[in-house]
Amino acid sequence: FEMDSTFGITGEGFAILAADASAARSILVFKHDQDKIVALDSHKLLVGAGTAADCVNFNEYISKNMKLYELNNDLQLTTKSAANFIRGELATALRKGPYQTNLLLAGYDSTPSSQNGSVSLYVMDYMASLSKTDYGAHGYASNFILSVMDREWRKGMNLTEVLEVAKKCIHELNTRFMISQPVFIVKLVDKDGTRVIDINNP
Amino acid sequence: KIQMSRRYDQSTTTFSPEGRLHQVEYAIEAINNAGTCVGLQCADGIVLCAERKVVSKLLAPSKTSEKTYTVDDHVVCLVAGLTSDANILINQSRLGSQRYLYKYQEPMPVEQVVKSICNYKQAYTQYGGLRPFGVAFLFAGWDRNFGYQLYQTDPSGNYSGWKATVIGQNNQAGKSILKTDYSENNSLDKNLKIAVKILLKTMDSTSPSPDRIELSTIVRNADGDIKHVTLKDAQVQKFIDEIQKEEEVEQKKSEASTGDI
Repeated sequence: FEMDSTFGITGEGFAILAADASAARSILVFKHDQDKIVALDSHKLLVGAGTAADCVNFNEYISKNMKLYELNNDLQLTTKSAANFIRGELATALRKGPYQTNLLLAGYDSTPSSQNGSVSLYVMDYMASLSKTDYGAHGYASNFILSVMDREWRKGMNLTEVLEVAKKCIHELNTRFMISQPVFIVKLVDKDGTRVIDINNP
Repeated sequence: KIQMSRRYDQSTTTFSPEGRLHQVEYAIEAINNAGTCVGLQCADGIVLCAERKVVSKLLAPSKTSEKTYTVDDHVVCLVAGLTSDANILINQSRLGSQRYLYKYQEPMPVEQVVKSICNYKQAYTQYGGLRPFGVAFLFAGWDRNFGYQLYQTDPSGNYSGWKATVIGQNNQAGKSILKTDYSENNSLDKNLKIAVKILLKTMDSTSPSPDRIELSTIVRNADGDIKHVTLKDAQVQKFIDEIQKEEEVEQKKSEASTGDI
């Protein structure tokens, strides 16, 4: 549950989500290319950390419900309303059969009237808490990553600067975290949508 | 109406041989006897106007209106038809709007409010053998997706978006006034006057008075709050006086031009 390392950072007009790409059970690693970050729609990313089955199941459930909303209403939800919808689903399930998944949601909202949209990052845990933050992380890794980000993050950073911070976070994990996670998948969301980026070569 | 329709009009859930649902059509007819409702949209807001049919002077003055209802902070509606039916539907739409707000923490887009109440109405034309709701609405509101919007619904569960429209008694006369007087570029004030003018034409009264006219506007102010403001009797009277004076001038002009000696 705590083994997955996930984090998110916002910059000027964009946000990145990063997750380790290891799928493991006990001492065995199945694969090093597990993509835990799902695009909910053209301008939203969701990453789930925790029990693999719950993460996948919940992400797919949310993703398809959002698609249904889009088809029914010819509209996309804003990041805020998506975050609250997701939190509501976690809350409803909490006292029946909770989803064991900690989430990070990053999204870009354009305003119909102007070109300047805004980016937002939401941190949710499996108990259905919700916070809007500038950066966040889950799992054991958060013990290391949050300290790095507390020191390095500033408002209005560009992509190169944010990726530098991300690299520092991953380097900290490689140095001090007991579990080896050699591969991280990083995805970005901005006004042009979502895409995978190479942390060394954006 | 041809005698043939009698056999197929008792149940809502039966098509006639011509492929019509008579019960739904009769419900739509019922609206045409209701107090007129007008809605006009412009860049700065929406004007709403309704005729309140005062049945008796003995009626106690009501705290609430039978024509204008608030569905949510950002959506208001006018009712034409059976008040009792309307109350059920308005409760439903309020419920739906608050449920959306609870789920998404954002106001329900206006079209979705309308759609949900229309789907509710439609069910009564297809299932259960119950009669349709004898109500037509004018929904007016603002949301961040499409700004100001005006929608009309009818008992069939159909809805359509309008820049300006009239429903209820004498709506054809109202619509022809819209054709000549309404333009998208009108100011809010101009639309207010047109709304009152339409009501004066459609009301069957020789002595129109503000207590029979509900005139209001929906405007989003600089802070982003949507305000629904009902105009006071004195303001309505001012419009009535202006319009009546203009009509007198028009009449004198046409009398003069017909060439009296």
